[in-house]
Amino acid sequence: MTPILAFAAAGAVTILAVALIVAALVFYLVSVIVQLRKIVAGLDVTIAGVGGIVQKSAPVNDIVTAINEQLDAGVDLLEGLLVKKAGMTDAVGLVDGLYAGAGAIGFRNFPESSAVKAPRIGEVYTRGTLTLARLGREAPIAAASPDGPVLRNVEGGSLAARALYPEIRQTGPEKLSRSPVIGTDAPVQYEQRDDIGAPRKRLPSRS
Amino acid sequence: MILWWIGDVVLLAVLLPVVVYLLRGVLAAAKSIVPSVQEIATVAAAGSKDLDAAALLVTTQDQVAKTVAGVANYGGSLDVILDDAS
Repeated sequence: MTPILAFAAAGAVTILAVALIVAALVFYLVSVIVQLRKIVAGLDVTIAGVGGIVQKSAPVNDIVTAINEQLDAGVDLLEGLLVKKAGMTDAVGLVDGLYAGAGAIGFRNFPESSAVKAPRIGEVYTRGTLTLARLGREAPIAAASPDGPVLRNVEGGSLAARALYPEIRQTGPEKLSRSPVIGTDAPVQYEQRDDIGAPRKRLPSRS
Repeated sequence: MILWWIGDVVLLAVLLPVVVYLLRGVLAAAKSIVPSVQEIATVAAAGSKDLDAAALLVTTQDQVAKTVAGVANYGGSLDVILDDAS
């Protein structure tokens, strides 16, 4: 092989090798560019979604804070009113009767309430009776005994609640009106219809 | 001349495989990112849609304010009507 041909062959191989490397670079770099464009498109959608989240959640903190402040004011008001009107012991008993175990937690604005032993109000009275009894002598339930003791005996039985109702049976009267008597021996008999139990009358056929 | 041939062999046998290997790694990494980004985009869109109801908090705030005001009025009336415990 002449030197010129040898140089030409070596140069051709070099050019071929460089061309292959460049081709590989082009192919893979173009593929990477395509993938990066997909990533950019996905990130655009993500940024739009995150922007929406930020925009929609921006006022939430202030609004929730305001709602909590208003609810706190309501809780303070109701707790104070309950303790003022019912007393600490009865208030704890009332709350514990409505929500078992809540009496042990106590009231938020009255830390000493957690140390109060809650009377078992819920077992003595129904909730409705309890609510009315809380109203005192002016309550309709206490109309029959306006001069009697107010409300109930927490440690006693449920008989104290009976005294709040009008007199019927709770004091054991000697004679009460009898219940109506029914049956064949009843003093009041109703006229019996003849057609009951008899065969049904047959109508003449049309044909 | 011999060195030139050696250079050609190095180009074809060493440099080209190394370049291809590295570029394949970059491409694989780029491809692995795409599904993650698409999932993040889907979740972000869903999260944004879930927060559509956040605007109703304004109504909730207004209703709470009215309710607390009603409770306050009711409590004030009870405070007047009922005797204190002590």
